[in-house]
Amino acid sequence: MIVRILAEGQYDVDGVKLDEIQRLDDEVMQAIMNDDEKHFHVLYEELVALARSGSPLNLDDFVESDIILPAADTSLAEAKKMFSE
Amino acid sequence: MGLIARVSTIFKSKVNNILDKAEDPRETLEYSYQKQVEQLQQVRRGVAEVVTSKKRIELQLNKLQQMASQWDHDARDAVSAGRDDLAQEALTRKQGVVGQMQGLETQIADLEKEEHRLQDAQQKLSLKVETFRTQKEVIKAQYSAAQAQVKIGEAFSGLGEDMADVNMALQRAQDKTQSLQARAQAIDSLSEASSSTLQLDAAHSSGDSIRDELNRLKGSSSVTDELAKLKEEMGKGESS
Repeated sequence: MIVRILAEGQYDVDGVKLDEIQRLDDEVMQAIMNDDEKHFHVLYEELVALARSGSPLNLDDFVESDIILPAADTSLAEAKKMFSE
Repeated sequence: MGLIARVSTIFKSKVNNILDKAEDPRETLEYSYQKQVEQLQQVRRGVAEVVTSKKRIELQLNKLQQMASQWDHDARDAVSAGRDDLAQEALTRKQGVVGQMQGLETQIADLEKEEHRLQDAQQKLSLKVETFRTQKEVIKAQYSAAQAQVKIGEAFSGLGEDMADVNMALQRAQDKTQSLQARAQAIDSLSEASSSTLQLDAAHSSGDSIRDELNRLKGSSSVTDELAKLKEEMGKGESS
């Protein structure tokens, strides 16, 4: 599964990790709704680390991504804004 | 909907808007190559904008630094003259300036991060564009129109993503630069208003009279000035 972290690059991530990513994504969403900045950052860092545990694609590969993650240093305010666009 | 799904949706729609397909695949190739080159130029301009704003803020920091040390001097003068009330007022103003400086420093650090990010994105994108240019020539030379369509489709989606990604990074940097510029402007007008009188909160304060009084002190009592210097040299500057 190809995962793109915005402003960073693409990783080929083992499909087994998809469940874990999904679980973290749900928790991140909960933190966004609770306006819990601290928890949001902890969870999102975990999520990004999981994506980075895959193997990075070469710069000259042109491959479409399966899922997209916001930039690693996304703030809670920026994440919220994504739902208002 | 989760964050990932939301971001993926937003992102994919941006990707679709970036590259248009033409009837003739060869035209599509040329067209998208031109787009890439344009985008690279945009990123370069973006980096230049960030650098310019950063420099402007750094100049402001210098100005604020001068104001802070001016108030510091004033406070010392006041202490030497035995006017603790004036010294206190001067130090309060100094602290206000120092507070503004800290805010600016944080924003400069933030902007520096954006600058590096954009430079990194620019580097990656130019490498991709170069690769695409080579592939484009190969596709044009070796494939039939139908085959080329498939090949282009692959290169397209991947490259479109990279371009959309850089676009978003650019947008982010521009947003941050704008908010910093707004802040810089506010501080600029503040320090312009106070540069003649060194009066920070012009509207409601007694800054004018304080400044006047301090100037009188300085002007009239060169002995006091001498004494302050002497005290400083003797390491007793703050005591009176």
